[in-house]
Parts: sequence; C-alpha cells; structure tokens
Amino acid sequence: MTKAASKETPLIVESLWDRLARFPWWLVAIILVLIGSAYFVATNESYQASLLFIVQGISITVQTTLYAYALALVIGLIMGLGRVSRNVIFSNIARFYVEVVRGIPMLVLIFYIAFVAVVDFAGFFGVAGRDVPMNVRAIIALAVTYGAFLAEIFRAGIQSIDRGQMEAARSLGMSYTKAMRYVILPQAIRNVLPALGNDFVAMLKDSSLVSVLAVRDITQVARLHAGSTFRFREAYTVLAVLYLSMTLVLSALVQWLERRLHAGRK
Amino acid sequence: MPVASKPIIEIKSLHKTFGKDVHALRGVDLLVERGKVVVIVGPSGSGKSTLLRCINHLEVETHGEVWVDGKRLNEKNKDIDEIRAEIGMVFQLFNLFPHLTVLENIMLAQRVVRGRGKAEAEEVAKKQLERVGISEKAHSFPAQLSGGQQQRVAIARALAMNPKIMLFDEPTSALDPEMIKEVLDVMLDLAKDGMTMIVVTHEMGFARVAADQVIFMDQGLVVEQGTPQQIFNNPTQDRTKLFLSQILQH
Repeated sequence: MTKAASKETPLIVESLWDRLARFPWWLVAIILVLIGSAYFVATNESYQASLLFIVQGISITVQTTLYAYALALVIGLIMGLGRVSRNVIFSNIARFYVEVVRGIPMLVLIFYIAFVAVVDFAGFFGVAGRDVPMNVRAIIALAVTYGAFLAEIFRAGIQSIDRGQMEAARSLGMSYTKAMRYVILPQAIRNVLPALGNDFVAMLKDSSLVSVLAVRDITQVARLHAGSTFRFREAYTVLAVLYLSMTLVLSALVQWLERRLHAGRK
Repeated sequence: MPVASKPIIEIKSLHKTFGKDVHALRGVDLLVERGKVVVIVGPSGSGKSTLLRCINHLEVETHGEVWVDGKRLNEKNKDIDEIRAEIGMVFQLFNLFPHLTVLENIMLAQRVVRGRGKAEAEEVAKKQLERVGISEKAHSFPAQLSGGQQQRVAIARALAMNPKIMLFDEPTSALDPEMIKEVLDVMLDLAKDGMTMIVVTHEMGFARVAADQVIFMDQGLVVEQGTPQQIFNNPTQDRTKLFLSQILQH
C-alpha cells in the first residue's frame, strides 16, 4: 500500500528546517547525560566510590521487581477474571480489591501491607510477624499493589475480544472456563502485552519505594552511602542514572515487542 | 422406528424480552423433525435470530420451553455444554478463532470437549475440510482467507463435533455476492446428507430448493409455515404476501 502511495505522491523536497525539527534531540540529550555520567565515574573518585557502593543493591532491586511482578501477574489475572465474572461474589471481591488498592497512595499501602497485613496474615498461620523477612514483605506489598493495576489491564484485554468469540466457543460445547482458557485469554493477553510491559518498567521504578522498609535495594544503599559520606550529589546522580539506564533498555524492549506484535498481525 | 418420529426440537410458547421494552419473541411454537431442513424467513427485527439462539441457549428464554432431543433447556441445567456439543452453530460473522490456524480451529473443541486425541481430531478436521472443499488452507490463519472460505471453515468446525442439529444464523449475509454460492453449495450437500438444519436466511432460492418447511416470522411471532410451495406460491397471510412481494421484486 505504501509503495502505491509513494508512486503517486510527487516527491516533496524536505527542507533542512523540517529535518532538524524531526530529529530526536531528546535522545541525543539522554545519551549525552549517560556519557557524561560515565565520564564522571571514570575520572572522579567520589563518583566511582558511589557507583561501586550502590551497585551492591542492584540484585535486590532486580529480584524484588521480578518476584513481585510475577506474583502481581498471578493476582492480576485472577482478579481480572473476577472483574468480568458473572459470579456476584467473585466479581465483587475483585472490584473491592481494585478500588481499595487504587484509592490508597502506594507508599501508604506498602507500609500497611508490610507492617500490618502481612503480620496479621502470618499470625493467622501461627508464624510470628517478625519472622517474615522484610524482603519478602516488600515483594508482597509491591505485588498486591500492582496486582490491582494488572487486573484492570487484563479486564480491558478480555473485554476487547469480540463477544462472538465467546459465543462460538460456547456453541461448540466449551464451558465458560474452557472458552476463557483456549479462546479468549490467548487473544486478550496478546493484546495487552505492551501494557503489561509498560507496567513492568513502572514497577522497576516503584520498587525504589521498598527502601522505606530498609530493604537494601539501590535506593536504600544510595541513601546509606549519602548519609555516611555526605556525598549527596554523587550518590543520587549515580542512583538516578542507574534507574534511567535500566528503564531505557526495558522501554526499548517493550517497543520492539510491540512492533513485532503488530508485524505478526497482518 | 418410533424414536425417529419424535421431534428433535420442540418449542412451546417461547417468549424472550430484552430489558423492559423489547419483546423479541411473543409466544413461538415450533416442531422440527429429525433430518428435516427448516428455513426461517422474515424482516429484520422479527425475532428469527433470537429464536435460533434460544435453541442452544445463547439466549435464555424469558418464558416457555425449549426441548432438544428429549432434554429441556433451562437456566440451571449443568449439562448445557453437552447439549450444545450436539448442536452446531454457524454465525453471520463466522467467529473463527483468529489466533489459531484453520486446522486448529476445527480441532480445538474436538479435543477439549469431545476428548479426542490429537491424531483423531486432526483426521476428522482434515476430512471435514475436504468436505467443504478447502483442504489446501489447513495451515492458514483465518485472516488470510476470503469470507466465503472462512464461513466454510466455520461449517467444518461445527461438523467436526458430529452434531445432531445444525443452526445457521444468516450464514451468507456478510459475504460478497460472488462467495454466497460456495457456502450455499456446502449447505445444500449437508441437507442432502440428511442433516437436521435450521437456517435463518434471506436466500429464497436456497429455501425453495432445500427446505422441507419454511417459517415466516414477523414481530416475534410465527405468521405462517408450510412447504416452500405453500409459502412462496400460495401464501395465505397478507403480511407474508407483502414481505414476499417486497423481496422478490429485485
């Protein structure tokens, strides 16, 4: 189609100004920031020390994000199915969960889950609250929070599938559950993959909130470093650049995935 | 055989309302004998599709009874999935599963509903594809097929379940004119093979050739029913005459 169109459209000579205006200057700026940071780290001992110290938190940040995201996917899928369910109890539980979580600031929710909900829940199973490690509490807190966002993504994905798909599946004798599993969800999940990817990036950033639980992720480690050396500028610059680098790479991955999905859907 | 003489579908004073205002069916009675082809015609909004969708409970009746093969459909019956497995349905917009290939479309329900193994399901699927004449498209995706081909795959998908009844809900209405015949030919073959069929369509030519019984519906009621000769050549009701004169003018 584009070929035919370009044949008929006369060749328009682009002015230099147009080309300059279209150039991704923002990307150049970001790359300069990254290069500048690398230069500081390479030449300045304080920056070097900050980086070496803060990098110790990377594995906690990555682990917390991965585990919490995996758990959030499970919660989100179940609650998303609840949101579209015709079962009154199930759908009300799902709606309650989503509304409560979305109505409370994430930071407050993290405190509440880590210091109240998890402790009560552990007590219910006869485990002392203090025996639950903070890392685990942080993962649960993030997962419960993000589960609500992912539930809404799954709900939107399921509702985007034409009603005729469910009808066709049911007319062939499939139960609601089988129709969901084999017909609706495979299509719905494919549709929401980019949105799920975006939320993964968002969660990586929000994982910094678990530093309030004294979990030694990069944010917490950076705070400790800054506090003990008074090198605030170095510590927080390194911290910000670390997050930026990770999210840039992940965002690029998500975009690549999105393009591939579009290409596959001719 | 006394069993054969018992109607496979029996509908008694069926009412269906949508919300408070729409009364789609206002007391429909219908008997369909095994192996017969029933064609339902009528203006849009007359309740034809709703009646068809009540037979496999895609719509639940507001009042009245639907009996399929000796079983009463109702809101609570747990075996609705088993009853539906015996009733094939073909939709106006095909409703193929776009994420599966043609072959997988035809195999899915065989496997997860009928519990057939992969080899058996594939064999049945290939046989049905051959029957509708598009074996070469087995590994294509629905989006790569024309409308007529998609509808024939949809028919094959329904037939692969070995249904006792086939329902067709305006199967050619969404097709380009040059593709209507290929779908009607498949349906005619099916009728000749003795399949019990209920067809909602505007194709009067098909009704004349294939129907054992034509039902004319208007405003949620069966106005008139009889053989194609009776309905098309000697309609007794004014409403039927008016409808036929309007569509046969073309």
